[in-house]
Amino acid sequence: MIELLLPPLFAGLAVALVSGPMGAFVVWRRMAFFGDTLAHGALLGAALGLALDISLYLAVVAVCLGLAGALTALQHQQQLASDTLLGIVAHTTLALGVIAISLQEGIQVDLFAYLFGDLLAVGWQDALALWAGAILILLLMLWQWRSLLSITVSEELAQVEGVAVQRTRLLLMLLLALLIAGAIRTVGVLLITSLLVIPAASARRLTHTPAQMAAVASVLGTLSVLAGLAVSWFANTPVGPSIVVAASSVFVLTLLRKPA
Amino acid sequence: MSEPLVNVQAVSVTLGGNSVLSEVSLTLAPGRITTLIGPNGAGKSTLARVVLGLVTPSSGSVNRRKGLRVGYMPQHIKIDDSLPLTVDRFLWLAAPGPTSARRAALEQAGVAHLRRRAVQQLSGGEMQRVLLARALLRKPDLLVLDEPAQGVDVAGQNALYGLLKSVRDDLGCAILLISHDLHLVMAATDEVICLQRHVCCSGSPESVSRDPAYHELFGPGGGTPNLALYTHDHDHDHDLHGDAQPGHQHDGNCHHD
Repeated sequence: MIELLLPPLFAGLAVALVSGPMGAFVVWRRMAFFGDTLAHGALLGAALGLALDISLYLAVVAVCLGLAGALTALQHQQQLASDTLLGIVAHTTLALGVIAISLQEGIQVDLFAYLFGDLLAVGWQDALALWAGAILILLLMLWQWRSLLSITVSEELAQVEGVAVQRTRLLLMLLLALLIAGAIRTVGVLLITSLLVIPAASARRLTHTPAQMAAVASVLGTLSVLAGLAVSWFANTPVGPSIVVAASSVFVLTLLRKPA
Repeated sequence: MSEPLVNVQAVSVTLGGNSVLSEVSLTLAPGRITTLIGPNGAGKSTLARVVLGLVTPSSGSVNRRKGLRVGYMPQHIKIDDSLPLTVDRFLWLAAPGPTSARRAALEQAGVAHLRRRAVQQLSGGEMQRVLLARALLRKPDLLVLDEPAQGVDVAGQNALYGLLKSVRDDLGCAILLISHDLHLVMAATDEVICLQRHVCCSGSPESVSRDPAYHELFGPGGGTPNLALYTHDHDHDHDLHGDAQPGHQHDGNCHHD
């Protein structure tokens, strides 16, 4: 029986590993709502993928990137605050996604699996694809680490110092879109942001440098996936929410520690 | 004089429908300290940001020498509390290299003791010094400092200008300073540009302090008190804050070199 758990376990660990550094940037750059919006858009992407009969991941990444571009363009008009814009876009795309999925004829789509994840249904092929994606994202982040961090500290200073600010910001969005497309299978659309934000937030109190915070977030995320899977296995709870509750429990534990 | 580092020609900037700069020209050459002075809202920071390439002018041209290394000290920056960042790491971002280089830069700016502190714990003045260290660390060809003397006492200001002079002499770099008064920058400046959306007057500190346009901007108390006021024809009026009144068209008459 336990071998049934192995692919989900590997898949979950891949997502948790890469969510550490990515989540750190989401926290530093205050992109939680932005990530959430992309995740909501992912549902629309999944629906389009099903309708057009193309790869789900491809469709989700395409929609996320389109959304990221549209949001960046929208933020240039300054009458509405960006969280208002994000609220509009997030819920519109979520609604469109649900409608699009309900319109699929003949196919019975498990909406619940997209919204809250269905990690236990992940097979070896998906797990390997997730690991490939995770390694790709981590390598790109490592390669661009100083630029990514520079634009996070101050985009103006970075630009004066010769960092390609636009390109770096685009890279970060692309990587985030990739991660969300992958993570949709593990924790689902509604819970992805929590896997990004919670471990990183927990790591803040325990660390003194950006790299430490990213690494510790990976470790805490990994622990949360392990704990969530175990709880789900023994108590028969849904996997995605179990992982999130595990991550939140870790966060509460870190609150007991004095800030570093 | 050697080839200019930055050449700004007849630049105008409009932000949100308001004209912020009109027809401003400026040349920065190696080894020279230039100071921008002018009242609040005169467009000093905007002009500095044009020089830095952070603001794109609506008309005019900006030429920067290829491969120009720039050090920039903004008035302040806000770093999110969620980012665990020491002063040392903050400097590393600008120029990775041995710790000794960062320690030396911090020492030069007089804040070596802050190296291991978190950037969020610094006071405004300390952060400015750290930003200065970061700018110096890059061994810049051009150093741009936005209000470096703000909140610094007179002794501190004298030390600061002494430091800038020695940096200029060591690196042979150009320095662009922003200030809202002329008093203390006089000694350390080669050229002063008096800005009020356009260049009102420019030249050596002595000639500018004698220039009627300067007194027009700052009032009799703003200049050196024992200098007589010149009468002069100006094509516009300034209100109490020194802001040019709306409807003013600059026609080049108020340039007094």
